[in-house]
Amino acid sequence: MAYNDKVLDHYENPRNVGAMEKGDDDVGTGMVGAPACGDVMKLQIRVDDEGVISDAKFKTYGCGSAIASSSLVTEWVKGKTIDEALAIKNKEIADELALPPVKIHCSVLAEDAIKAAVTDYRSKQDAKGE
Amino acid sequence: MPYLDHNATTPVRPEVIEAMLPYFSEKSGNPASVHGAGRAARDGIDRSRRTLGEILGVHNSQIIFTSGGTESNNLALFGLAAKSGFKGRLVISGIEHPSVDSVATALEKHGMRITRVKPDSHGVIDAGKIMAAVDAETVAVSVMQANNETGVIQPVEEIAHACQNRRCVFHSDAVQVFGKKSLDFYRDCGGLLSLSAHKLGGPKGVGALVLDKSLALEPLLFGGGQERGRRSGTENLTGIVGFGVAAKLAVDGLALEQSRLSALRDSLADQVKQAIPQTVVFGENANKLANTLAMGWAGLDGETLVMNLDLAGYSVSSGSACSSGRTEPSRILKAMGVDTALGRSMIRVSLGLDSDALMVQQFAAQLIRTVRQLTSMSRIMG
Amino acid sequence: MDLPIYMDYQSTTPMDPRVFEVMKPWFVEKYGNPASSSHAFGWEADVAVEKGRKQVATLINANPKEIVFTSGATESDNLAIAGAARYYKEKGNHIITVVTEHKAVLDTCRHLEGEDFYITYLPVQPNGLLDLKVLEAAMTDQTILVSVMGGNNEIGVVQPLAEIGKLCRARKILFHCDAAQSVGKIPMDVNAMNIDLLSISGHKLYGPKGVGALYVRRRPRVRLRAIMHGGGHERGMRSGTLPVPLIVGFGEACEICANEMEAESARLLSLRERMRTRIFDKLEHIQVNGDLEQRLPGNLNISFAYVEGESMMMAIKDVAVSSGSACTSASLEPSYVLRALGLEDELAHSSIRFGLGRHTTEEEVDWVADKVIEAVTKLRDLSPLWEMVQEGIDLSTIKWAEH
Repeated sequence: MAYNDKVLDHYENPRNVGAMEKGDDDVGTGMVGAPACGDVMKLQIRVDDEGVISDAKFKTYGCGSAIASSSLVTEWVKGKTIDEALAIKNKEIADELALPPVKIHCSVLAEDAIKAAVTDYRSKQDAKGE
Repeated sequence: MPYLDHNATTPVRPEVIEAMLPYFSEKSGNPASVHGAGRAARDGIDRSRRTLGEILGVHNSQIIFTSGGTESNNLALFGLAAKSGFKGRLVISGIEHPSVDSVATALEKHGMRITRVKPDSHGVIDAGKIMAAVDAETVAVSVMQANNETGVIQPVEEIAHACQNRRCVFHSDAVQVFGKKSLDFYRDCGGLLSLSAHKLGGPKGVGALVLDKSLALEPLLFGGGQERGRRSGTENLTGIVGFGVAAKLAVDGLALEQSRLSALRDSLADQVKQAIPQTVVFGENANKLANTLAMGWAGLDGETLVMNLDLAGYSVSSGSACSSGRTEPSRILKAMGVDTALGRSMIRVSLGLDSDALMVQQFAAQLIRTVRQLTSMSRIMG
Repeated sequence: MDLPIYMDYQSTTPMDPRVFEVMKPWFVEKYGNPASSSHAFGWEADVAVEKGRKQVATLINANPKEIVFTSGATESDNLAIAGAARYYKEKGNHIITVVTEHKAVLDTCRHLEGEDFYITYLPVQPNGLLDLKVLEAAMTDQTILVSVMGGNNEIGVVQPLAEIGKLCRARKILFHCDAAQSVGKIPMDVNAMNIDLLSISGHKLYGPKGVGALYVRRRPRVRLRAIMHGGGHERGMRSGTLPVPLIVGFGEACEICANEMEAESARLLSLRERMRTRIFDKLEHIQVNGDLEQRLPGNLNISFAYVEGESMMMAIKDVAVSSGSACTSASLEPSYVLRALGLEDELAHSSIRFGLGRHTTEEEVDWVADKVIEAVTKLRDLSPLWEMVQEGIDLSTIKWAEH
């Protein structure tokens, strides 16, 4: 299968690979996908006091497009507010990486990973507030 | 050594070998593999498919590569018959190649009804007679584009048109015609068209079946699902590459080459007839392939004739290559109503790229000598 | 060393240059049709075909008269199985085969189910080998044919052919062997193994594509119903003009294999073991699929846990390998052969078949092994699954949101 240059670049030099301390209050962790389906994405965000995402890390088990989608998302969410991050749509990811139709699900998974990370962060904040 | 048996097989053209070479070595991957070696192989196959598609006026997806004309004919007729549960009728001409005729016999054992329509004395199948045999239960009609022994061209345009009106599938064996005469899928067939590479300067072991988009066939070979599931088995990569190049070469120079060959062929016939007035040219008054000349001399034995010509250094055939192991008169001539004494004497001369005026002239002289010799011997013996 | 490195010899093999040399004149100068019995062009072609037939026969210890040329192993498999089944239909309607067979065998069997044949698809053990007791138990008085392959195209395991042959012969059941992967690689003897029908492919043993053969036993005589009808070539079992250059090349390729097999298989085995130990020294959570002993010397199939297959292929893109049978690698379905060994889908997806062959060198093997180690290490560093495993989490306890 021939890959697009942007996918190859993210695959060969993935940005923001790594992990943050899951237990930290200001960290939100989202894990989406399943091994049996061929992709698992873990996206982590650190949110500062102003509600801005100050850092993002990922780890992905999946094809080159899945790795590229998650790598791209970590770049995009950094510096965005939570609401801005939630506004990222899978189509933008797919367009940026020129994903072929069979790989669109990778961009969907990346969008889901953002939502899952934000949900985790918010549930921690809610728990703290109680 | 002069070879005048191009309807049996042809040498592979040097340009074709040249094109095939890389696919024997650096581009020799399995076309089913997704890595670079596989993709290079796949590209070679795709290119040939496009070439054939352009020549015949069909979409790439309508071409199934096979191991040759025999497989194409088997796949076409067996594939159609199996889809119809081996029910109904198949109408074929009485002058088909064994790979059509014996499939019909096999299908008969499966329960299908077969009608064989005879040619007239010129070797021509009448389109009206074919269509008169088509009834409500007829699944398909099979008539070859031109006969391999006599070279007589059949009224396929008319049959194609009539079959379309009657909504009946028209299969046509174009093995002997492709590269020798202009061929257009929708004009000359419209249903299923069988092709072979080694008759037009391509390699042996490869052919194709071209089919209309509306048709689905039961496969003959099951397995890896190559050729969109219609013909399993790792593709004959070099063969397919060579087929495309050979077809293009043959078609590009077609008009010029055919007028050259028909002039040579006619001069051969004229010389022989002039020297030996009792010479009979089979299908003389019919429209024939430019390169083919089938002749006979009542009372002589065709096999003896070709053996003597071979000793003199000339390769010709006494009938269809596939059946020349036998000495009975050809099935085709019998169907034309030719009597046995004349039928047994037939030889077929088929010219090709390397035939030239000098070779034909020398051959004519040799043929005349040999026929005279055998005639006087048979008079003494008789 | 040139990149890419070809390690997909079970998919197809590059033709041996010595083979092409002998083929060449048969395209351009000696182009006769072997069926043309009336002139010298035909005769010399016929002589060449008969020489090829003898070379093929010798490699499997058969008589040349028992060799039927075909367009390849797929056609041979179809002709053997469908041809025998249809001929012996009156005798019985039961055929036994194995779930890990090549598609050409399995799909032909499936097709025969539609012709009222009853097919038993035997399972294999986790090492890919057939349990002879299971085979024996499946045989009935209706069984007419057993089809078991010589060497598996994906995992390289070699079934106990001689034992299977003995079981079949004792019950007068025909034994067909798809030996496309094993002929020319390991010693195959149709008499010692009691094989009645055997499929061979030209392009898997450094010969040309588009040609193969079916061995059909003469004593006791095995009969077939033809698939392709026509001029009555190949004693009526397979009509169609014989592709002389391909047959000449196929024959030569067989003779080269016969002469060099012993040394070459020892060389390949040592290269394969070198590669295997190099990889296994550096990586954990990996496994070889298929039995290591009863195996083609040039095959190594490894599953890399916690690494996704496609990204793995991407990481070693300078190596031409397969992640399943070449015939099905375009599909996203995990390999049915690996599933038959009991592998989970994820593990099947992350399996790579390394096919070593005549041009494989020690340098290439080392380079590929190192590349694989590097790729797996990198992808595991990227993998959340690997991270969890390192943390001691049992992945099977996780409830995944499947999408």
